[in-house]
Amino acid sequence: MRRALPALGVLVLGAVFLAVGAARGEAATVLQKAVRICMECIGIG
Amino acid sequence: MGKGKGRMRLWCQLAFTAVSNGYVQGFAQGKIYTGGTKTVCLPGLNCYSCPGSLGACPIGALQAVLGSRNFRFPFYVLGFLMMVGAVLGRAVCGWLCPFGLVQDLLYKIPGVKKLRRLPGEKALRRLKYVVLLLLVVLLPSVVVDVVGQGSPWFCKYLCPSGTLLGGVPLVAANEGLRSATGDLFVWKVAVLAVLLVLSVFLYRPFCRYLCPLGAIYGPFNRFALYRFRVERDACVACGRCQKACKLDIPVWEKPNSAECIRCGDCRRACPHGAIRTTWERKPCAAAQPSEK
Repeated sequence: MRRALPALGVLVLGAVFLAVGAARGEAATVLQKAVRICMECIGIG
Repeated sequence: MGKGKGRMRLWCQLAFTAVSNGYVQGFAQGKIYTGGTKTVCLPGLNCYSCPGSLGACPIGALQAVLGSRNFRFPFYVLGFLMMVGAVLGRAVCGWLCPFGLVQDLLYKIPGVKKLRRLPGEKALRRLKYVVLLLLVVLLPSVVVDVVGQGSPWFCKYLCPSGTLLGGVPLVAANEGLRSATGDLFVWKVAVLAVLLVLSVFLYRPFCRYLCPLGAIYGPFNRFALYRFRVERDACVACGRCQKACKLDIPVWEKPNSAECIRCGDCRRACPHGAIRTTWERKPCAAAQPSEK
């Protein structure tokens, strides 16, 4: 169990980051980018 | 432990790729999925402009947030990567990444001499950290246009997954996109072609040398909930694990190397069953596992 503590700590911190990011609108930014064809990604520029 | 476990990994890769890229109409009609699930990142390098993709690419999303005028620190994507890394580490690369799957399949092509490493291997393996720092973090944040927006440098100039899973099918299906292709598309196809050809001779060249997602997940291997451990009482340091490892990792010394993608070949090769995972039942009291 002790060996799992660092991972569990990072897991919890990650969940907090995820929640903070979602609350301040980053998830919406991700969605806006992901639902449009990314011209740079497909090599059009 | 035989070929069964190896096939299980292949089936897992195929199933996850198929399910996470299951928007079949996208391929047929040359468009991308625009539903709400694209708020959620997929764990592997899966371009969100792949016609079938039902989720977002974590590296693309990272650049999108870093390059945005509104945010400077990417809590949401970083939180996602931390959660996935803390549980699986680089097992994502071995079991869930579609571009990893493509390289695995190409390496299976027989009849060619396989290489274990390239000259300058050590330096080349550090290159992915440079790619992460420069193309994913710094340049999208710092090089901005007149309205303060950055560009996704990694996606634009390097990502072969975007070219293969997004660029090629969309350009093939869309007359308008076809007419818009130019030097950048030629460059990206050339990068993709080099990596695909190299994958026939050398195991996972992109993952070894260039993948920024591997650079992020790799350090998690040392403490993730899913780790390897070597039973010191059973290990005789015969080196068969390293010989079996297509990434040439001395598993008996470094079972949780940042390079390890958790394919399990070492575990299948060990004649004494000395390499175990943290998700297996504990060994008998006499054995003292070692993890590095």
